Amino acid sequence: MTANGGRQVMDAQAIQRALVRIAHEILERNKGTDDLALVGIRSRGVYLAERVRRAIHEIESGAPLVPFGVVDITLYRDDLDRGLQNPQVKGTDISFAVEGRRILLVDDVLFTGRTIRAAMDALIDFGRPQSIQLAVLVDRGHRELPIRADYVGKNLPTSFRQQVQVRLAEADGVDEVVIEG
Amino acid sequence: MAFTQRHLLGLEGVPADEITTILDTAASLREISERPIKKVPTLRGKTVINLFYEPSTRTRTSFEIAAKRLSADTINISASSSSASKGETLADTARNLEAMRPDALVVRHPASGACHLLARYVSCPILNAGDGCHEHPTQALLDLLTIREHLGRIEGLTVAIVGDVLHSRVARSNLHALRALGARVRLVGPPTLLPPDLARLGAELHTNLHDGVRDVDVIMMLRIQRERQGANFFPTVDEYAQYFCLTEEAVRLARPQVIILHPGPLNRGLEIASAVADGPYSVIMDQVTNGVAVRMALLHLLVARSKVEDVGEGASETVGEPEPVRRRTGARA
Repeated sequence: MTANGGRQVMDAQAIQRALVRIAHEILERNKGTDDLALVGIRSRGVYLAERVRRAIHEIESGAPLVPFGVVDITLYRDDLDRGLQNPQVKGTDISFAVEGRRILLVDDVLFTGRTIRAAMDALIDFGRPQSIQLAVLVDRGHRELPIRADYVGKNLPTSFRQQVQVRLAEADGVDEVVIEG
Repeated sequence: MAFTQRHLLGLEGVPADEITTILDTAASLREISERPIKKVPTLRGKTVINLFYEPSTRTRTSFEIAAKRLSADTINISASSSSASKGETLADTARNLEAMRPDALVVRHPASGACHLLARYVSCPILNAGDGCHEHPTQALLDLLTIREHLGRIEGLTVAIVGDVLHSRVARSNLHALRALGARVRLVGPPTLLPPDLARLGAELHTNLHDGVRDVDVIMMLRIQRERQGANFFPTVDEYAQYFCLTEEAVRLARPQVIILHPGPLNRGLEIASAVADGPYSVIMDQVTNGVAVRMALLHLLVARSKVEDVGEGASETVGEPEPVRRRTGARA
């Protein structure tokens, strides 16, 4: 149990191991880093994408860092009318050509799939990628769209009402995944 | 993130943190206009009506492009082609437009206060695109975004607003916003065009151009609005130009990194010399580019949010969340 009643399901070491394994799987599946680019979904997907990028760089010593971008899905959400307060737009930053590239989308939790749908729409507005793959730290189920992850850190069975909190050192001062409720 | 406005009627009384929210959102949206596909789906299915009772190229086009880049449908109504020419009152026009369920009204009108009046008749957000001699808030916001982009801040800067201050809604909106964000404001012009009351809003008044622009960080030129000048506020155009035209000589009195803004359209040789308007200190074209981003930000903040009040609490997944803005990892993915 954590201080506020949640149950920790991954600690810092478990998160790090999962990301290194995902980095290996990405390299194995794509046979290297040619044409590969990492895109993190704001905000915690960005930190995870940066970590996977570093892990890939360490495994493939000598290879250049793969291109890296950020998508903000605020403008692509399908729930702006649903009573949620308008989140601050922090901006999308994709400075490489998307056209023909193999894009690896990174996010913290895969749940309904709606964020990923929005992120793919955002990406495709920049050009036609050769492919889009998805890496997530946690897959908690309950999909509402036909979307699946190619690389999963941990499959986590949850009830729909539970909350999965991913905390990362870059934003929260600690690395952990916690189930609440 | 702070933003509580239902309409954008003016910048008088809008708190500094809400102005900053608009500028931050605009800065994030600028990137969309540089993409190969300059469009995001945010306002798909929303209708924005541009209701213009005064001629406009820049502002109307800018609002229309901003709405289209957010995927809203836009309709332009100008006074000459509308029922206003048949004698319909502004309030009746607004009621009729309201009945067609628009999601936002962008209004320009020669009468000061026209937008405030409309806000009482319609329920959708109203964006003031200039009302008489009162306010032109989107122009001031794009000016602030341009200043912040070039000089990195607003607070502590000295800004000279020069020319036909009396008739300028741009000057009034800028005065409110610049003071709210902590800039010093000088208003510069001939005594006939310089209302002394504005000193009470925290401005310094100068009737000599050279004194007014000495050591300033920003020079904001205003257009001489001959269409609003019933009486003769200065003897001749030539005499005005001799004393108040911004020349390279006058610019040299300001800080070395000074930037020069003008809301357009330019009266070249009257209020601004061509060498200055086209010179290295001029950021006039950046203002135009930033205008689209600022109007996108306002449409996003006002229209994408406008149904929140209708739905109310309870429909939201974030009920009881102390920080509803913060992304909740489990709530959606």
